[in-house]
Amino acid sequence: MFYREAGQFKTDYAADQQIFPILQDRLFVLAVIAVAFLAVPALASPYLYTEILIPFLILSLAAIGLNILVGYCGQVSLGTGGFMAVGAYAAYNLWLRVPELNNLIVVFLFGGLMAAAVGILFGIPSLRIKGFYLAVATLASQFFLDWMFARVKWLTNHTPSGSVAVGHLEVFGWHIDTPADRYLLILGIVVVATVVAKNLVRGHIGRSWMAIRDMDIAAEIIGFRPLRTKLTAFAVSSFFIGVAGAMWGFLRLGSWEPLAFDINRSFQILFMVIIGGLGSLLGSFLGAAFIVLVPIVLNQLPGWLGVRMSTALLSHLEFMVFGAMIVFFLIVEPHGLARLWSVAKEKLRLWPFPH
Amino acid sequence: MLGPFLETLIGGLLTGVLYSLVALGFVLIFKASGVFNFAQGAMVLFAALTVARLAGEIDNKEVHLANFVVAAAILGVALALVGWYCWREYVARGSGAPERRKIQMLAALGAIVGGGAAWLYGKGAWPMWLAIAATAAIMGLLAYAIERLVLRHLVNQEGIILFMATLGIAYFLDGFGQTLWGSDIYTINLGLPKDPIFLLEGVFPGGLLVDPGDLVAAVIAAALVVVLAIFFQTTRVGRALRAVADDHAAAQSVGIPLKTIWLIVWTVSGFVALAAGLIWGAKLGVQFSISLIALKALPVLILGGFTSVPGAIVGGLIIGAGEKLSEVFLAPILIRAFDLAGGGIENWFAYVLALVFLLFRPQGLFGERIIERV
Amino acid sequence: MRLRTAALLGAAIAAAGLTVAATAQAQNEQFIPGLIYRTGAYAPNGIPFANGVADYYALVNERDGGINGVKIVYEECDTGYATDRGVECYERLKNKGPTGAAYVNPLSTGITFALTEKAPVDKIPVISMGYGRSESRDGSVFQWNFPLLGTYWSAADIIMQHIALKEGGFDKLKGKKIVLVYHDSPYGKEPIALLEQRAKMHGFTFTPMPVTHPGVEQKATWLQIRQNRPDYVLLWGWGIMNSTSIKEAAAVGFPREKLFGVWWSGAEPDVRPAEGGAKGYHAAMLQHGSGQFGVHADLKKYLYDKGKGAAKWDETGEVLYNRGLVNAMLGVESIRKAQTKFGNKPLTGEQVRWGIENLDLSAARLKELGFEGMLQPLKVTCSDHEGTRAGRIQQWDGAKWVVVSDWYQSDDKVIKPMVDAAAKKYADEKKLSVRDCSKEG
Repeated sequence: MFYREAGQFKTDYAADQQIFPILQDRLFVLAVIAVAFLAVPALASPYLYTEILIPFLILSLAAIGLNILVGYCGQVSLGTGGFMAVGAYAAYNLWLRVPELNNLIVVFLFGGLMAAAVGILFGIPSLRIKGFYLAVATLASQFFLDWMFARVKWLTNHTPSGSVAVGHLEVFGWHIDTPADRYLLILGIVVVATVVAKNLVRGHIGRSWMAIRDMDIAAEIIGFRPLRTKLTAFAVSSFFIGVAGAMWGFLRLGSWEPLAFDINRSFQILFMVIIGGLGSLLGSFLGAAFIVLVPIVLNQLPGWLGVRMSTALLSHLEFMVFGAMIVFFLIVEPHGLARLWSVAKEKLRLWPFPH
Repeated sequence: MLGPFLETLIGGLLTGVLYSLVALGFVLIFKASGVFNFAQGAMVLFAALTVARLAGEIDNKEVHLANFVVAAAILGVALALVGWYCWREYVARGSGAPERRKIQMLAALGAIVGGGAAWLYGKGAWPMWLAIAATAAIMGLLAYAIERLVLRHLVNQEGIILFMATLGIAYFLDGFGQTLWGSDIYTINLGLPKDPIFLLEGVFPGGLLVDPGDLVAAVIAAALVVVLAIFFQTTRVGRALRAVADDHAAAQSVGIPLKTIWLIVWTVSGFVALAAGLIWGAKLGVQFSISLIALKALPVLILGGFTSVPGAIVGGLIIGAGEKLSEVFLAPILIRAFDLAGGGIENWFAYVLALVFLLFRPQGLFGERIIERV
Repeated sequence: MRLRTAALLGAAIAAAGLTVAATAQAQNEQFIPGLIYRTGAYAPNGIPFANGVADYYALVNERDGGINGVKIVYEECDTGYATDRGVECYERLKNKGPTGAAYVNPLSTGITFALTEKAPVDKIPVISMGYGRSESRDGSVFQWNFPLLGTYWSAADIIMQHIALKEGGFDKLKGKKIVLVYHDSPYGKEPIALLEQRAKMHGFTFTPMPVTHPGVEQKATWLQIRQNRPDYVLLWGWGIMNSTSIKEAAAVGFPREKLFGVWWSGAEPDVRPAEGGAKGYHAAMLQHGSGQFGVHADLKKYLYDKGKGAAKWDETGEVLYNRGLVNAMLGVESIRKAQTKFGNKPLTGEQVRWGIENLDLSAARLKELGFEGMLQPLKVTCSDHEGTRAGRIQQWDGAKWVVVSDWYQSDDKVIKPMVDAAAKKYADEKKLSVRDCSKEG
């Protein structure tokens, strides 16, 4: 009864085509954004910022990027970590070598653009290779990029340890020091990026991606050019992933090495996309929340419950339960958390009245 | 120059055979069920850990006895839940007593076997053959559990969902194996020779180095491959497996039981994992890291084709030789040309090699040709 | 039905979370976090170290009732040697206890790098005993880092001195070939700068060869070594990489006597899996070796006889277990030192930092603590956060580690200028204000 669209009439096309055609959705999303911008900074502790909210937001953006590629365009990629690394190191080099441009927005955009360029390059094989062959082939980019950032000395400014560090960050004169600053900046970027992504996927480009995903030969026959469509998907996806990578390096870690973007990162983000729901932006957020929160909660739950167990057993149990939960969710709802959400919404239309 | 080249080539080929062995596990499962089983690496680790710990000394085990009990308890609860669920299902369907008796018998058998094993475990080191046999049985059980608990519920899902499910299984197995058996480094002693052999010392200065351990391992792997090939080509089950691989629905319609076939395939790939675990474990020591060897098998897979047993072998040889040769001969050139901080190109070189190859043959070396229709 | 279960579960978790806040904290407790790993690829080396640390804190509580009556509360967090997990552990534990974490031991060079950026903000000292950034011994720039007992530059220098001694002097190294096989991470890359410097000084050729994590695939590396026939190979590995390197060295017939490991490559889990192949292998010692010393008698009396030990009694003399003991002891003594200035109560990280910076362990005090024979006297100052630069070389004889050298001191004529330059570069890049150590009391 709280979620009923009865009485909301659309009288023009613009009203019918808006992102959230239903009033309750609009209010809900606005409320969430308001809470995120206003209430959270008033309440959050540094731990909540640095270990939960910031990773959640950044990885959500990466998941959105990957979801564009996997969920909307149907090209499975295991190279996400590598593209994040491109974003991070490109941003680092711009920040380091052009000190006048000490503006994180510019730096992150550059990181994203470089990642997009590299993404296009590694997307070319997708024209010939499909399915799991492509998935494994994208591992080539993962391993190659990891290797490159560990070996090419110029990219890390010849630091002997191969670990790079950033400091004194600012955006248009705003100094990013505290976790709250970093959180707000990330939140702003993620909100803007999400709106952009939403408009891309519901527009012409998004529809061409989905046509390719559903059946590439058929799409080609009705006039979508596979080369262009697939490569735009790789480019856009890598752009988001690159920006996420740059934020991960600059705002989450502060100092990093290629290991921060290794293959486990790729798997982690693919998990987010699958658990959250393929082809759903909301799913990217839900999946990121799930994958970020579950290990942390599992690791601390026995402590909260007052159960004392050895550290080793705790970690192993965390692995086991995490694995089991993934399998469980895939069995219960292969279409991801986003699907559960929409089922819940369907139910809410009538609840609490049976008819 | 020829000496070092041959030496590297031999070393690479021998390593390549071992990659094939891991890749074979992937191929078997993909062929029969279309599942890209990422848990293969975890299965290798689990099998190796089980053998190493069963055959290990007793004082080595005490530390993990507590963990063992906890893990057994969790497993017991899980099994009880499954049993309860099955029972309820049968009751709901109103099926007859025989089914229930079967389940009760299975549970009793499980309890006896589990109790006996726990008792034996506490008795001390097992002889190697017994440890291997017991591990083979455990791998069979594992295959059954995976089929029953995971795959059966995911029939007709997209490939990527199944792939993710196997990643979940991999996480579970990594944690489970280490809870059960500990995360220290353990040894498997197969009596592989260790001292290097030098061939043709008259022809090349210093001779050609061959690692006899690798050689024996490669022979075992090759023998296993031959056995599998015979199994697939000549036996009834093998024919059924190939039929399922060709077309699930058609196979089912001529009366091949799909579930049994999947169980067999997973069991066989469990045995392959056991063999790989034994060999890698004897070579490197048994430790969490060997589950990462799965990553080494992936370029072999795309090079050889996901569905081809000979492809896995040939692909393994090409990848093994290619990556060692590139590391030894190409890396120094790259380092000098681009002022790199060291080589280490073998990790991506295998993938790039496979990728370049794929551009010309998208279905892999021996993969079945993909024909697409609208 | 399913939704309701989920909601109930969520409520249960939330309730559990709230009880944490409600748990009353005892006031006279010093909280110490432990970033360790008992799982993952590096567990074989992480477990004995973690046991040593846990046992020493337990011993101080059991035997002395804490540090001057202040009980130690020690909590482990498993990092799995991964930097992001390590940072999460640090963030989770840094504010626990009445005064927050006294100090943190990252037990990973990667995590040390990450925490180096956080420590000045949180005011928690980072003790990276025998690892971490080599230039961080410069306390005027790295005010919160304490690479006690020796940095990697010291380790590499001590090994080079030993090799030079065997060859008959540094001038005899001219034209020799020395290879470094290293773990491809900040840890493994640390010694390169020093070895390049030494190569320039003495005219030997130096080749670094990386091994990718976790280090089980080294065939190509060792084939190259066999073909290039270097005179010595230095090993900078960790976890399973160490034993694999030794096995591969045996497999290509490289003489193990000419293979020198850093102190993180010289423990029992590194050589045992290689069985006979490890005989003759050398490794640097972070001062202490294996074996049981004075402190072990107390461990037996207060912990192991009561069944409270973390390890098994036979394992308590192993290299990494002993290193855990030393690591915990240095922390406890730093807190004790800080208590002389700030009083016998739980101290903040900032107060403990003063204690570390003024730590002065004489031979008599070490004997009293039961560490005689494991450590040489050390004195930390504001400008020198390393404390001591002494080390020895040990050799595996097939069954145990044998000390085969006298004490070496790493050569500060070589290292000091490098430390100063690197620290200055860091301070400039980060635009840090440098502390004047002559003014510190």
